[in-house]
Amino acid sequence: MKSQNFNVNKYVEQMSLLIDLPIPDEYRHGVVANFTRIKAIAQLVNSFPVPEEIEAAPSFQP
Amino acid sequence: MNDALSLAASVRAGKVSALDVTTEALAKITNLDHQFHCFTAVLAQKALADAAQVDQEIAQGNDPGLFAGVPFAVKNLFDIAGVTTLAGAKINAENPPAAQDATVITKLKRSGAVLIGALNTDEYAYGFVTDNSHYGTTRNPHDLERIAGGSSGGSAAAVGAGLVPLTLGSDTNGSIRVPAALCGVYGLKPTYGRLSRAGVAPFASSFDHVGALGCSVRDMAATFDVLQGEDNRDPICTNRPPEFCLPQIQQGTSGIRIAIADDYFTQGATPEALAVVQEVAKALNVDEYVTIPEANRARAAAFVITASEGANLHLEKLRSRPQDFDPATRDRFLAGALIPTSWYLQAQRFRRWYRDRVREVFQNVDVILAPTTPISAPLIGQQSMILGEQQVMVRHYLGLFTQPLSFIGLPVLSVPIRLPNSLPLGVQLVAAPYNEALIFRVAAVLADKGVVSIITPG
Repeated sequence: MKSQNFNVNKYVEQMSLLIDLPIPDEYRHGVVANFTRIKAIAQLVNSFPVPEEIEAAPSFQP
Repeated sequence: MNDALSLAASVRAGKVSALDVTTEALAKITNLDHQFHCFTAVLAQKALADAAQVDQEIAQGNDPGLFAGVPFAVKNLFDIAGVTTLAGAKINAENPPAAQDATVITKLKRSGAVLIGALNTDEYAYGFVTDNSHYGTTRNPHDLERIAGGSSGGSAAAVGAGLVPLTLGSDTNGSIRVPAALCGVYGLKPTYGRLSRAGVAPFASSFDHVGALGCSVRDMAATFDVLQGEDNRDPICTNRPPEFCLPQIQQGTSGIRIAIADDYFTQGATPEALAVVQEVAKALNVDEYVTIPEANRARAAAFVITASEGANLHLEKLRSRPQDFDPATRDRFLAGALIPTSWYLQAQRFRRWYRDRVREVFQNVDVILAPTTPISAPLIGQQSMILGEQQVMVRHYLGLFTQPLSFIGLPVLSVPIRLPNSLPLGVQLVAAPYNEALIFRVAAVLADKGVVSIITPG
């Protein structure tokens, strides 16, 4: 699996820069640990083949 | 403790005054709550004035409503006019007082109930423990060394400890049902959008529900009835006409197809948590099983959406003052803010797919039985536990069986039950959307048989 090469530390660093969300050094370890956990959990959903015709159920009403 | 409806009946009949009932509740809080730490605000003066008003109505021959003189309290996520809505956060303590009550508070007050305070929660409702670094840890009334569960932990423990007969809470992933089970009380999470969330601090809007915790099936049905109805202050609130459930609860289970959730819902739990489901099934003569497909993925998708929506909601504060968040939520929120859009959208599309599959399941069954939590209340501060051969993280694990159900907004009542010499547990009675009435009918049969009931400490 390609994502095994993925570097969570770098992602957290770059993504937080992109969205202008400074992550103080003292929280970095916890954030990386949490993101690693989210990534593993999201993999369960991401690997599921949702049919193309299935759209998210929006509640927006114009 | 008397349930709310019997208390109201005594008040309406003039056997006891609302003022006396409220005074007694306030005294209990003063004398006992230092042990449990349920309340973050007590509104003594206003409560006494409201109670006196109820008594005056009765003296004038008017009917103050179904919950005449019943003291109730709400999770501090709910707006109370004149009080700052803390949402368990130090940051929110700087906010001005709320201008008006949350819609559900207004409705309960209109039915004669007397609001006496606000209750502890995990910060921004993000947790299953009510171990809050700003406002303290709510303790389980059955064992003060154990958590009450969360995030509506104050709401569950206040009922479990007998401080008030009725509370309101919110449930995004299990936050009513988990603490209700661990504290031995009833916990109702109705269909998504069926009760107004107006004036309740959001967490993850896709799954945010409000509901009630209490000490009897009929109290839960009556509260649900009082709280139903359209509300244009909440864009999610249904415009379906209310369907009153209290008149239906004694109709029995005849014609209701009931089955036990198998597969995912029978794995990863202690033998006790599964045994109480069997107790309930036995009492109902149920031996059929039903499979809710992909429940594990549903829980995962709920996790992704919650983390993403919750983080986005608080993004500005996460940028400007992360040090003011509870350490228990801060790193999770920060990590949630970094979730790529495709993961979020995949989870939302999966939600639609899963909803369609579960609709199919409900073509052959009306009420499904499942454990509420996989374990009874863990110790305060306990990080992990061994379950079977697996080490599990307690904080996340408590929502194992609740998350796949709130994920698609199904109505659920967690009913309290315990094995001899054990801590309380809960069983979820789950129905198709808008079928709360069926759940109450099943729960009433279980209560009449004595299989489920509020569990009094001691």
